[in-house]
Formats: sequence, C-alpha cells, structure tokens
Amino acid sequence: MDYLKLVALGLVALFAAIAANWAQDVAYMVHAIIIMLVAGGMFLWILRGMEEPVAAAPAPAPTGYMDGPVRYGVIATAFWGLIGFLAGTFIAMQLAFPVLNFEWGQPFTNFGRLRPLHTSAVIFAFGGNALIATSFYIVQRTSSARLWGGNLPWFVFWGYNLFIVLAATGYLLGGTQGKEYAEPEWYVDIWLTVVWVAYLAVFMGTILNRKERHIYVANWFFLAFIVTVAMLHIVNNLSIPVSIFGSKSVQVFAGVQDAMTQWWYGHNAVGFFLTAGFLGMMYYFIPKQANRPVYSYKLSIIHFWALIFLYIWAGPHHLHYTALPDWASTLGMVFSIVLWMPSWGGMINGLMTLEGAWDKIRTDPIIRMFVASLAFYGMSTFEGPMMSIKAVNSLSHYTDWTIGHVHSGALGWNGLITFGALYFLTPKLWGRDKMYSMPAINLHFWLATVGIVLYASSMWVTGIMEGLMWREVDANGFLVNSFADTVSAKFPMYVVRGLGGLLYVAGAVVMCWNMWMTIRDPKPAVIATPAE
Amino acid sequence: MTDKRIDQETGTETTGHTWDGIEELNTPLPRWWLWTFYATIIWAIIYTILFPAWPLVSGATAGILGYSTRGEVAAEIERFNASNADIFGSLETIELAALPADEDLHRFAISAGESVFRNNCSQCHGAGGGGVQANGYPSLVDDDWLWGGTLEDIALTVRHGIRNEDDPDARWSEMPAFGEILEDEDIAKLTAHVRSLSGLGEGDADGAVLFDENCSSCHGVDGMGDRFLGAPNLTDVIWLYGGSEDAVYESISQARFGVMPPWGERLGEAQVRAVSAYVHSRGGGEDMAAE
Repeated sequence: MDYLKLVALGLVALFAAIAANWAQDVAYMVHAIIIMLVAGGMFLWILRGMEEPVAAAPAPAPTGYMDGPVRYGVIATAFWGLIGFLAGTFIAMQLAFPVLNFEWGQPFTNFGRLRPLHTSAVIFAFGGNALIATSFYIVQRTSSARLWGGNLPWFVFWGYNLFIVLAATGYLLGGTQGKEYAEPEWYVDIWLTVVWVAYLAVFMGTILNRKERHIYVANWFFLAFIVTVAMLHIVNNLSIPVSIFGSKSVQVFAGVQDAMTQWWYGHNAVGFFLTAGFLGMMYYFIPKQANRPVYSYKLSIIHFWALIFLYIWAGPHHLHYTALPDWASTLGMVFSIVLWMPSWGGMINGLMTLEGAWDKIRTDPIIRMFVASLAFYGMSTFEGPMMSIKAVNSLSHYTDWTIGHVHSGALGWNGLITFGALYFLTPKLWGRDKMYSMPAINLHFWLATVGIVLYASSMWVTGIMEGLMWREVDANGFLVNSFADTVSAKFPMYVVRGLGGLLYVAGAVVMCWNMWMTIRDPKPAVIATPAE
Repeated sequence: MTDKRIDQETGTETTGHTWDGIEELNTPLPRWWLWTFYATIIWAIIYTILFPAWPLVSGATAGILGYSTRGEVAAEIERFNASNADIFGSLETIELAALPADEDLHRFAISAGESVFRNNCSQCHGAGGGGVQANGYPSLVDDDWLWGGTLEDIALTVRHGIRNEDDPDARWSEMPAFGEILEDEDIAKLTAHVRSLSGLGEGDADGAVLFDENCSSCHGVDGMGDRFLGAPNLTDVIWLYGGSEDAVYESISQARFGVMPPWGERLGEAQVRAVSAYVHSRGGGEDMAAE
C-alpha cells in the first residue's frame, strides 16, 4: 500500500515538475511548483515512515469520535477568517483611497485581484472550513457514529485547504476565469471536485453508519448543501482548457446562457453554501448552547423542503433588465418572493428554540451571538426577496446596496454564527471547561455588531444615493449626474464602511487571542461527553 | 432514544427523538407563517399570469398585461423625444452661427449639452472639460484649439471624431515619429528650439534650422501651427502632453496623438449641437465672424 502511494506521489511530483517547466503562464507555473512541493513532501514523509515499526494505533478518544480534522478545521476557520476580513478591509480602504493600489504592487495588490481573494477567502476558506469542521463534528454526535472512511476526513481537510491556496495564489497571479465566486481555473476546479466527492463520501458513510433511527435535521441541511454545491460547481465550471500546460480555459456556455448559468450558480452558492449549510450549524449549536428542544419539528420539515425546492429557481433575479428574456426574469423574481417564508422558517425555529431560556441572551454572550446572527439572517432574507422585485431592483442593481445586502448576510449571519460555533467547539475539542475569557467574547460581540451596523447602514445610504443619482433626469430627459459625480459623493460612506470593517477585524483578532489562550491553557478539564 | 414527554417550559409535547441530547417539540406550524407563505404563492401565480413568465416550446407566455422591459424603455424614450420634439427640431435646423443670438434656444442647448458632456465626454476631457495632460486629452476650457474653435468647427469634431477608423469623415493627421528619422542629439536641439518658441529655455540655433527643415510644413515657419492639419500652435505655452524637456522630447521622438470616437450617430444631430454649444461656452469659443 505504501509503495503504491509512493509511486503515485512520485508520478504527481514528476508531472508537476514537467508542467512547471512547460507552463505557459505564471499562475500555472507557481501552481505546478506548489503541487510538486506538496507531492514531494508527502513522498518523503511516507518514505521516512516506512521502515519505522508500526506504532500502536493511537488509542481512540474516549468518545470514539474522530475530532482531529475538526480541531484543524476550527483553527483553519479562524485563520482564514482573519485573512479574509483583513483583505476585505484593505480593499474597502482602496475604494475610499485609491492611492492604496500601490505602484510597487502592480498588478498583484490591485483592487481587481484582491477582491476575488477577499470573497473567496471569506466564503470558501472561512465559511467552507467552518462548514466542513462543524459538519464533521455534528454528524458524528447526532449519528452516534465515528466519521466514515479511515483517513479520508484528513484528505478532505488538507485537500480543501490546498484548493484554497491554489485559488488564492491564482487570483493574485492573474489566473481566473472571471466568474464571480467561481474564479479558479479548470485544474483547481477538478481538484475541488475530487475533494468534494470525498467529503460527500465521508458524510454519507457516517450517516449510513448511524446508530440513531432518524437523521437529525442539521444533517438534512448539510447533505443538501454538499450535494447541491457539487452539482452547481460542476455545471458552472464546464470549460475546455486551451492547453494542458496553461491555466486559461474557455467556457462551454456563451452570452446570456453563460450569464444565466453563472448566476444560477452564484445565487445558489448563497442559497446552499451560505444558507443551507449554515442552517445545519444553527440547528445543532443553538439547541445545544441553549439546552432547549428545537421549537418545531413540523416547521423544520416544511421549511427545509420549501427552501431546497425554491432556492434553485431564484438565480435570474441577478440579471433583471439585461439580455435575459423577461419570462426568466419574472420567474426568478416570483420564486424569490415565495422563498421569503421558507427562509424565515429557519429563523423562527432558531429563535423560538430559546423559548423558556430567553434570559440566556442576557447572561450568555455565545447565545447572544447566535441570536444576533439569526436577526441578521432574518433581515437579509427579507431584504433579498425585496431587492429581487424588478421595480426595487431597477434602483438597487449595480449599486452598493447589493454590497451592503451581501455583507449584512455574510458578516451578520455567517460570521456571527461561525464565531458562536468556534466558541462552542474550542473548549470541547481541547477538553477545557469554557473559553479562556467570557468578557472577551462579549467584547467581540459588540465590536462585530457595531462593525456590521456601520457597514450595512453606510452601504444602504450610499447605494440608494447612487441609484437615485444615476437615474436622475431633468425636465428634458437629460441625465443630471455624471458617473464621476456619484463616485465622489460616495467617499464619506466608503470611509465609514472601512471603519466598520476595521471593527469587525478587531473582533476577530480578540477571538483568535481568546482561542489561543484557551487552547494553550495547561489545565485540561476531566469531562468528556461519551458517545450514546 | 427517549419517549415523548411534555416540555415543562412550553407545555408542548416532544417528538420523542433525541440526538446528542437534542429533542424536538411537536409545535404546529405558526399560523401567520403559513398564511403568509400561502399568500406569496397566490401572489406569484397571479403575477405570472399578468406578466411574461412560463417558458413554452418556442417562446414563453406573454402575460395578459402585454408588458415587456424593452417596451417600457422604448415608451420612456418616446415620451421624452415627443416632449423635446419642438425644441430639438429648432436646434437641428438653426444655422449654427445664429444659435448664440437665439437666447432661449442657446440656453437650452448649453444646459442639455452639459448633461451630454458629463455622461459622454468627461471620461476623457475631465468633469469640467479641463482635459488630462498626462494622457493627451485636450483641455476644452482654454482658447487654444487644435482643429478650430467656432461652433461649426467643434460640431464637426464631435460629429466625426478624430483619427478613428469608424467614420470616413473623421479629422485626420499624423505627425511622423522623428525618433526614426533624426539623431538623438538633433531631437534634443529641436526640443530646445520648440520650447524656446514658447519662451521656455535658451533655444538652439541648429534646432531652428532643423525645425525649418522638418516641422515648419505643418507647424508653420513661426511655429503658430495649422488648424487645417490639426497641427498645434507651439508658441502659446499650452501643451497637449506637457511642456517639460522630457515631454516635448518624447512628443517629437514618438509622435504622440490622440483618438476621439465619432458621436454623430450615437448622439444625433440635436445633441451634437447641444454639446458643441456647451463646449463653445466654456470660455474659449470663437466667433464665426472672427474667422
């Protein structure tokens, strides 16, 4: 078995070296070198271990669960979160102060290359690691079964993070297919597909091994997220490489079909990655932290199936008033409106789970984070359907209102619930009683919340303002403002947005410090939750 | 696995399942939630009957209101065109030289032209028309004109553009790149002479001879330029690409010149005239009579 691995890794390293030599562009060359180093390093690691006597397999944790990849995932989530927030704050400042597009950094540190780095770092690196780590944690506990697949969960963790490194370095070096949230080029997409299939196998295998009769609601959401993201990823990235030794590829769809495929993907990246997946987290951590039963089983069934069925049709609302035919535009809009209540079902089920434990909002900063997260979820899932209405969209489209909407969802809903989950998981995974500092969690909550409020409100103001300025015509039908007028009018709000970002980053720094102090705390608690 | 029990805080029965200590209550669907959900579905059905919505084999249902986004835009454009028809008509037919005398029409032309300028021209010529010297976009607020500064001249430039491949009537001229013709030191001498024409620097006797031989056919013996050829006046201390030694040297050596697209078809005659009136009013407009 080890020999097989050695041969395979050796071949990969060799091919990567050849590819680096024949590379047609710098992004491809750097990626080939990264792959060569990773494969070479693993080759040496396995080779050195071969002659060692087989050490007794480490005694399984008293719980019987496989938590190694979850621990790594928790740290990776915090790490990538910090990177993503810093990148976001920096590009927000670049918009306010263009001089930050440094001459010496051309073209690598320009806004255009850092923006996809920011969005992917936050959605896929921070959000993705959070989803993988929490889903591995939750599926084991709620199925009373160890993760399936031996070392496969480790492959999922490291493989996914290799994907992130390839994606991020690709953006900086100019390797992109120019599709929002799907920028990585063809070979990175293929690699993610392999990792994702492994992820699905681990998750499905664990569920099939479960000792509970029913599948818990959190796992329905995780499974929907994993399956749908696989489908979205493959269809939207169908493309033909120009050369096997170059990063450039050509999409199989063209024109409005390409745009529609892209936003079918883009909208469901929000729907299944950032909504369904994170609802899976919500359905575990809130009842656990509040120590209360889930509010309504019926509501969870109905809103799950309604959400899954409706979300997939809502993508065309990203393309109102474009070359997209009117009928597709209408369907995208009505499905978005009908989606309102199914989205809110998750919020109701989360908030009402606190019934009988409302006092914990006052006493437990982690619960407060979860509640604020659901409040932002409810707000942005109302705002979304509203913005999908054509009349509203004709004002909001292409303005900063969209950016504000996305961030009240991403910073508020995804960010806060992930922070809460990290605060829940860190002490449990490292065997501590609780986080090192509860006041620091409280401080993080306020830094993050004020940051989001500054961000969202400044984008509402500037978005609606620029929308109104763009459409303002005089009595004879002539436009009143030039585009540059709207840009200069937005400057103060851009500064406020940057400040909001700074507060949010500051909160994440406090969290990382708190996690670090908790993990290095030398007194492990004796408690461990046994498997049922 | 536990059995169903009544939750004390809420008085609701649980479903009896437990996962990692998590139970579920058997709370019915909130009524307001369900009815709002139904209402959105009913609204969606009605909306898709009224508006284009359901795809068929070839085409889609048109909706009984007969709405289309293209139709909406066309109607809005039509509305403004209809309300502007009279004044646009006068603007299109008036003799341009007579426009400044017709005060009302002239005022309309300038304010309409300002809007046209801000949305179509300011990207290169700057929001106030001051130009961008680093990129060779001419300033339109001074009285130095490359191709002429009367209303007619400006309108011709706007209508057909400069050095573009799209309009056969575009104004056209090209200065040769003297870096391929003259020695470096000759260009340096020429640079000194050209700058001295505007009173900058010492000048150079050899440069003056070189100028006579190579440049005067377009820029004139005295360097005053030739608007028929779009050859800039070199004596007025106004520089298209800057008047420093380096900038002038590069202009001579590389022969820089700009391109402007034709706007006649895109804007239509009335708007071409309006924006010409606006540019003409920016401070440097010349009278027809003075020509």
